[in-house]
Amino acid sequence: MIAQAAQTAAAAGTFVAPEVAWFALTPLIIVISAGVLGVLVESFVPAAHRRTVQVVMTMVALAAAFAVIVWQGVTWLGEGGPGGVVVFGGVLQLDGVALLFQGTIVLMAFFALAVVVDRTAVKQDAFTPSAASIPGSEHEELARRLGLVQTEVYPLLMFAVGGMMIFPAAGDLLTMFIALEVLSLPLYVLSGMARRRRLLSQEASFKYFVLGAFASAVFLFGAALLYGYSGSVRFDAIGRISGAVAQGGAPENWELLWLVGILMVISGLLFKVGAVPFQAWTPDVYQGAPTPITGFMAACTKVAAFGALLRLIYTGGFSGSIDMLEAVKVALWVVAIATMIVGTVVGATQTDIKRMLGYSSIAHAGFVLVGILSFNNAGIKAVIFYLLAYSLATIGAFAVITLVRETGPGGEVLGEATHLGQWAGLGRRSPWLATCFSIFLLSFAGIPLTAGFIAKFTAFSAAVEGSPLLGSGTVLAVIGVLASAVAVFFYIRVIVIMFFMPPTETVTEVVEVAEVPAEVLVGGEQIAMNPAQTSVVVATGAPAVVVVRSEGLSAATISIMAAGVLLLGIVPAPVLDLIARVTDVG
Amino acid sequence: MELTNYLVLSAILFSIGAATVLLRRNAIIVFMGIELMLNASNLAFVTFARMHGDLTGQVIAFFVMVVAAAEVVVGLAIIVSIFRTRRSASVDDANLLKN
Repeated sequence: MIAQAAQTAAAAGTFVAPEVAWFALTPLIIVISAGVLGVLVESFVPAAHRRTVQVVMTMVALAAAFAVIVWQGVTWLGEGGPGGVVVFGGVLQLDGVALLFQGTIVLMAFFALAVVVDRTAVKQDAFTPSAASIPGSEHEELARRLGLVQTEVYPLLMFAVGGMMIFPAAGDLLTMFIALEVLSLPLYVLSGMARRRRLLSQEASFKYFVLGAFASAVFLFGAALLYGYSGSVRFDAIGRISGAVAQGGAPENWELLWLVGILMVISGLLFKVGAVPFQAWTPDVYQGAPTPITGFMAACTKVAAFGALLRLIYTGGFSGSIDMLEAVKVALWVVAIATMIVGTVVGATQTDIKRMLGYSSIAHAGFVLVGILSFNNAGIKAVIFYLLAYSLATIGAFAVITLVRETGPGGEVLGEATHLGQWAGLGRRSPWLATCFSIFLLSFAGIPLTAGFIAKFTAFSAAVEGSPLLGSGTVLAVIGVLASAVAVFFYIRVIVIMFFMPPTETVTEVVEVAEVPAEVLVGGEQIAMNPAQTSVVVATGAPAVVVVRSEGLSAATISIMAAGVLLLGIVPAPVLDLIARVTDVG
Repeated sequence: MELTNYLVLSAILFSIGAATVLLRRNAIIVFMGIELMLNASNLAFVTFARMHGDLTGQVIAFFVMVVAAAEVVVGLAIIVSIFRTRRSASVDDANLLKN
């Protein structure tokens, strides 16, 4: 494409300026300029106002981007619209599917941002006051006392959202690679910025970085092979040439280049969605990263990466001779089955709630893959609906986790209480929070009347329907149903813990004991007999748990997400219709 | 010289890089392995560009260099912050998150 343009320009002897579809790029420009402006805000706005400025700017940017995406949808996909726009001759393909993905990403990023912004009643956000300080050092303590805030979080989030928006709309391998990096690099940094348990956080960041960079390199080499195979990095061109090669005329074994290339590119994308065998980072990073960021990346990264995978597989990149297609299909089948099994089986043994949700997200990646492997139109719609349902529940669930905290001996609020045992009795302590969390878990489990059920149902039925070329995925659907049945066990277990187990210790008791150590000392040998003393022992082993009040944004997000999950579960028809209409047009 | 030789070289470099990432302990060496993989991809892109008589592959090489530079910035920052905490850049020492 570039060579062609250069040739025509040379022939004419003039420079031909490329046409830029500004309206099509507006949402991207809004989000990425909010990130760039955010960097400038860091330099030029006084520290006291930085947070406010950043928060307002990022929230307005995301809302504006969403509004423009809706506007684009109405203009392009409504009556007499062009049905989509191609930017820079195919670098970005903004069709109905891309708009749906971008809309979902921006909307979910908005709610995830609301959770990030919320400092709770403790008036501390989830991020370290100084990411450069050594954990436990005087520097860190000083930064904490001075009340410093790392507001760089907000521009980083905007860059990540920008990359995510390009990812599912990319029309060639280069754009997809750049989008992959633009969305990943900020996430590596963000996952290392937790306020508490900083060693875990830094380690998570490091693991994510090494494995992520490895996966991008694999993606890139695959892209190089596909370029060598077809002479182009554009998906449609690769598809065209695949068709020509399948007719014969290419050198012997030429198609192997395609096979190895596409498998490497798909591996790079499967890493981002956390599918087996590229899932190793998922539980570690989900556990170590600051919880609001975990919610953000669990939801939005997954949506973006599946969008990219869908684009790669469904728009031309995926068309070789039938033997080659079969080979890729078998590879993806193995990945999907292994992902569902590992996600559910290992997930059932977890005791840390963030880790458990990490494995749950692996299992869900498997279920979405079942939808993708249907290779039909219904599959696309099912995948979009599934991702919407999944991200609603994910952001809500991680928002709940940010509010359930441990308390220190003096009653001060510490980090999140992530051990499952600490969630015992949450139903009594905070019925509203526990109910919302149960709704999210039931949706993950795919219980009827929640969004998760409709999502699983559409994905599995699309797989059963299958495609005439590559056959039906009934086996996959059956394995998916079985895996969901196993998964129900560990979601229900959490609900049982929350509602039917007595809380270990209430906060007030521990505080009392901590305040009267003198009496206990006077008591001499009675220490061991003192029931209050045993509660202290319990408390040091497993710190007491308290539900902190949110500043409002987290609470609102949790309520909206819970309502959304129920609404999509009870009346899914409007959303399903919208998805069907938009994908059919675009 | 045969252009295919360059492709073979790039495949070898990529494999060395991948093996380095998967086998070596030192975070900096692991990181160098990743850079080697990216540069092997660059070599493949440039060679294919030459084969096809098309400039796209060479342009992509520039993009990849920029991305690699950005990755160095983020990666070294993370490694340095871990090293300052633990006085060790060994990948094996970072094992708090294992079950």
